[in-house]
Amino acid sequence: MRIAFVANEVGIGLWRNFSMTVSVVIVTAVSLFFFGSGLLFQRQVDQIEEFTYNNIQISMFLCGAVSDQPSCAGGEVTQEQKSAIEADLEGPELSPFIETWFFESKQQAYDRFVVQFEGSALVEGLTVDQLPESYRVQLVDPQDSEVVVAYFSGRAGVEEVNDQRNLLDGLFNFLNGARWFAWVFALALLSAAVLLVATTIRLAAFNRRRETGIMRLVGASKFFIQLPFMLEGIVAALLGAVLATIGLFAAVRVIVGGYLQGRLTVTPYIGPLDVLAVTPVLFVLAIVLAGVSSLITLQRYLKV
Amino acid sequence: MILFDNVTKVYKTAQRPALNDVSINIERGDFAFLVGSSGSGKSTFLRLVLKEERASRGDVHVAGRDLARLASWKVPGLRRQIGVVFQDFRLLPTKTVFENVAFALQVIGKPRHVIDRTVPEVLQLVGLDGKETRRPDELSGGEQQRVAIARAFVNRPAILLADEPTGNLDPVTSVGIMKLLDRINKTGTTIVMATHDQDLVDQMRKRVIQLDDGHIVRDQARGVYGSGA
Repeated sequence: MRIAFVANEVGIGLWRNFSMTVSVVIVTAVSLFFFGSGLLFQRQVDQIEEFTYNNIQISMFLCGAVSDQPSCAGGEVTQEQKSAIEADLEGPELSPFIETWFFESKQQAYDRFVVQFEGSALVEGLTVDQLPESYRVQLVDPQDSEVVVAYFSGRAGVEEVNDQRNLLDGLFNFLNGARWFAWVFALALLSAAVLLVATTIRLAAFNRRRETGIMRLVGASKFFIQLPFMLEGIVAALLGAVLATIGLFAAVRVIVGGYLQGRLTVTPYIGPLDVLAVTPVLFVLAIVLAGVSSLITLQRYLKV
Repeated sequence: MILFDNVTKVYKTAQRPALNDVSINIERGDFAFLVGSSGSGKSTFLRLVLKEERASRGDVHVAGRDLARLASWKVPGLRRQIGVVFQDFRLLPTKTVFENVAFALQVIGKPRHVIDRTVPEVLQLVGLDGKETRRPDELSGGEQQRVAIARAFVNRPAILLADEPTGNLDPVTSVGIMKLLDRINKTGTTIVMATHDQDLVDQMRKRVIQLDDGHIVRDQARGVYGSGA
């Protein structure tokens, strides 16, 4: 009886206040969509970080026949220099930091390049000799890359030492920026959603002041009088959360599944499971924001 | 049933008290008219009984409760003991007669089978059987007030407060309403009725409490509206 009665009251309230209900649903949906996007960006950054931390390498390119680096003044790297580098990689000073390392010959570099840029004009006219020899070093903890980079930089026979982390910085910066943008945007919209819920509840309370007045007089409890209004706000916000979730699934499918995965294969990407993981946060947020804002509004505008 | 002990009520914005040192005892089963000109304190009296307002000084006891010490979450419990009827009926226009009366039980969580049993009973008591499916705008003023009385009485309150219940009704209809209230009073319900209707008060010969400028100036067992007899 009670449940049916309250559900009926909520339905009537939402319907009578239709345009306000729709606006609450839309604003909540958009704000939660951006909030969810922020969370998904976060997860994407985490995934890339985890992936690159496991795969990050330091590439030590050796001097070829032609190079204008000061460390290559002596011409192409010699066998002695290579032996010295290998000895250092195995030596007591560096070995605690190094997980594995291997030597990549010109031929291996060429083969890898051909595979990576297959069909590209870059491959045509490229000869094996144009690619440098290199050492590829994988660290125990990628945070320690500075040590190894500093150790070999500028050494005779070593043209350049690259930390792959630097290459990814651009990507990280972009993702972090996008995440902050999404969150600031979400925060502004969430504030609007909270105020809109408050206004909607206030209107609903005003529209039904006759009913609530009678409820009060016949001794309905405060909770029972306020419950339908709170539920109205919460139901509208939850509808918004549902739309936001659908939006996030669609966005991940189109942007990640349809665009990024086909073009940039260097890292793993977030998928539907990640959307599923952030969804509960959106729903809880919707309930809490709508609940709290309607509760505060009811304290002020609904006498019980 | 209703006990006022040196009760004074001063509204925040007012200069003079709305009720000034009022002491009165209305027993269980009493039928009391509250008379006096507008602004004499009748409405304040009723609002204090309902705990819509707090007394500035003095004690108000209703149905065995000291209202000053009644926690706010217990106020609904107090109001379930009190039915209220107004001059303007205050019915819900979108609900039928049955639904209007049932509403009072629904919102205090009564189960369906109780509602289905008690609402027809009380509609019969107020003489509205057969009009369950009408809406308020299809009823006469007297019938609307009967719906309001049914709603106030359906939960069998110990006290029924009526604030000018005949104020919008013609004399003949008013007499019908009075007879109904008298019948309810005979079931043991204490009735306090604020009114300006001199003829009704004179006809009924019930207890009359007269307020003037916040003071009780007369409390007469079988009184009339004016100060006579």
